Amino acid sequence: MINTMECAVDAQSLISISLRKIHNSRTQRGGIKLHKNLLVSYVLRNARQVYMNEKYAEIYRMQQYEEVMTVCNEIQELNPLDLAEDCEEQRGDCCGNGGVSEPASLCCALLPVSQLVAVQSAHMQTPSACSAPLSLQSDEVCKETEPSFYQSCCAEAYPVSNCEFSPVNNLHCNKTTVLDLDTHVVTTVENGYLHQDCCASLQQCCQGAQYSGKKRKVDFEYYISDIEEVPDFTPCKRAKFEDCSYANSEHLDTSNISNLISIFGSGFSGLVSRQADFEQALALNGQFCSKQALASLGAWTRAIVAF
Amino acid sequence: MAGAGGGGNDVQWCFSQVKGAIDDDVAEADIISTVEFNHSGELLATGDKGGRVVIFQQELESKNQPQCRGEYNVYSTFQSHEPEFDYLKSLEIEEKINKIRWLPQKNAAQFLLSTNDKTIKLWKISERDKRPEGYNLKEEDGRYRDPTTVTTLRVPVFQPMDLMVEASPRRVFANAHTYHINSISVNSDCETYLSADDLRINLWNLEITDRSFNIVDIKPANMEELTEVITAAEFHPNQCNTFVYSSSKGTIRLCDMRASALCDQHSKLFEEPEDPSNRSFFSEIISSISDVKFSHSGRYMMTRDYLSVKIWDLNMESRPVETYQVHEYLRSKLCSLYENDCIFDKFECCWNGNDSVVMTGSYNNFFRMFDRGYRQDVTLEASRESSKPRSVLKPRKVCTGGKRKKDEISVDSLDFNKKILHTAWHPQDNIIAVATTNNLYIFQDKL
Repeated sequence: MINTMECAVDAQSLISISLRKIHNSRTQRGGIKLHKNLLVSYVLRNARQVYMNEKYAEIYRMQQYEEVMTVCNEIQELNPLDLAEDCEEQRGDCCGNGGVSEPASLCCALLPVSQLVAVQSAHMQTPSACSAPLSLQSDEVCKETEPSFYQSCCAEAYPVSNCEFSPVNNLHCNKTTVLDLDTHVVTTVENGYLHQDCCASLQQCCQGAQYSGKKRKVDFEYYISDIEEVPDFTPCKRAKFEDCSYANSEHLDTSNISNLISIFGSGFSGLVSRQADFEQALALNGQFCSKQALASLGAWTRAIVAF
Repeated sequence: MAGAGGGGNDVQWCFSQVKGAIDDDVAEADIISTVEFNHSGELLATGDKGGRVVIFQQELESKNQPQCRGEYNVYSTFQSHEPEFDYLKSLEIEEKINKIRWLPQKNAAQFLLSTNDKTIKLWKISERDKRPEGYNLKEEDGRYRDPTTVTTLRVPVFQPMDLMVEASPRRVFANAHTYHINSISVNSDCETYLSADDLRINLWNLEITDRSFNIVDIKPANMEELTEVITAAEFHPNQCNTFVYSSSKGTIRLCDMRASALCDQHSKLFEEPEDPSNRSFFSEIISSISDVKFSHSGRYMMTRDYLSVKIWDLNMESRPVETYQVHEYLRSKLCSLYENDCIFDKFECCWNGNDSVVMTGSYNNFFRMFDRGYRQDVTLEASRESSKPRSVLKPRKVCTGGKRKKDEISVDSLDFNKKILHTAWHPQDNIIAVATTNNLYIFQDKL
């Protein structure tokens, strides 16, 4: 794995520098130097890989936030009467045994548990619709367990907030904390705002370059279908992260270098003619990252957050 | 056999001469692009970006000062290559001399091969110190006489004249390389030589110019699959069937021409696994080999990549037997060096006469010597400031961190425009030629 901390110049700058070198080589006396341009293409590939990893990690974090928000929204929409039965069933998990180390969260029970492990925290909040009729019971739940018992992965007790246990404020206090086993990111969603409470020691795990979520499937189609800012974007359909980054890296290397070599053969006009396409086709498809392409990618992720 | 030591305390290097303009404003045509001693060390040839070859000859040792080696003075200067234009590809072909290689001397004349990106030329350098005088049909100035005015006959005789050195092109080996020639190497059989470009290596007969044999071809069928290029090639000094070529991926392949006509299948592959902890954006660039040189014995070969010099035993392919860090402090500066293109500089390396010391260049007009026996290394500088005759060169040191000591230079103070890419070592004596941008420095050990 490339040590991205090695130099201050980020991957995006390296990409633009490399493309400029390739462009300048066209006008150098003596013709294009094959050796030098081959080495520049390697730098371009490496920078692109790092940039892609960072973007994937960012998208993954956004996706997690989206999932959490979606689940919480679904919980809010549920009929309180329907939830009462669920809450009854979950009560045993919550307060049946005093020795239960980590009481399950009603909220988390509705989350996709295949990937996530819900960690109880003092902020853990049952859905307002659910908690209203169970307010007394939830109070009992909370009284039976110490506030410090609800801890995030950071081993720091969250301060108990009064609002969580106030039926009146249930509608407004909406917090859910989840821990992702893959990235070790603790995500707290509070009133629609995303908080990431990562331990300092786990910060590196949160960096996109270290992503190892091979089990995670990213369905870009889900997002793209609702976004009109990039109408021509062609996502990796049902692409796993490893497909887009690691496992097929050699294929992408070849395709990337092959694109570069073919451009060498056709002259810089080939690069220029493709730039218009590159603005549309993002790096996810193994195409070149020009500044414009990268900027459009940023706009796309901003759209995700807004959504 | 002289030539021992070099990096330890037993050898002190003294300034001897400097050739070239003193002006700081360097004309691009004057930039030295190659330096090479001949097999006896009497002649020293340089090539520059302007396509010129300058040959220096060592004076005979003075009888008055037997301890002082003779100086090198200009012996011959000629224009080897001219700029050309490829009309088919609309490309200009630079006249820059990429390599010069001397042929072993067989008679009074000297022969050398010089090459630019596309064409190799065989030059004959001969002396003329006599000329015939007393022709019957020609005047002394060369005009023909009217035969009717000839009344007597005489036999022309040779009369001494001022020494004149003539350089004449004897062979031109052209149109054999599609890509840029980076290496030429004369075979030990003195009949053939190889020339290497980015993707192919050709074998020539010195007498035949209209054909050559292609012995290595790494061009892929689909150029989009290109992953490496040839960076240097050299014949074995003793085995006329063996040669090596290095690649941009940091590998060296040894080939035996007896195995097959096309030596795409190597006999040996020398490669050292990359240290994953050093992986960076620029790993591929700094692992590219810029020069490969056999030792005089033929037992070892030396490779130069961007940060280090490696000595390989031909009997062991898995890893080098010795590795010397030339300027490891640059590893943290690779980003900047990439931006200013310095990371693409191709440093050469050379052996001393008995293969005990190796030398290579660096930045800030520094050059480094590594004594293999004593495991010592020294950094010296080629500069006008230390150019007093017979002044001893003071070892230099680069401060890599912490408090800078006196006489040390910090990494950030290095001048990356002053680089020593080409160096040469006399085949017998401790005399070295070091080329800065446009000057040639000659140093000798203190006698």
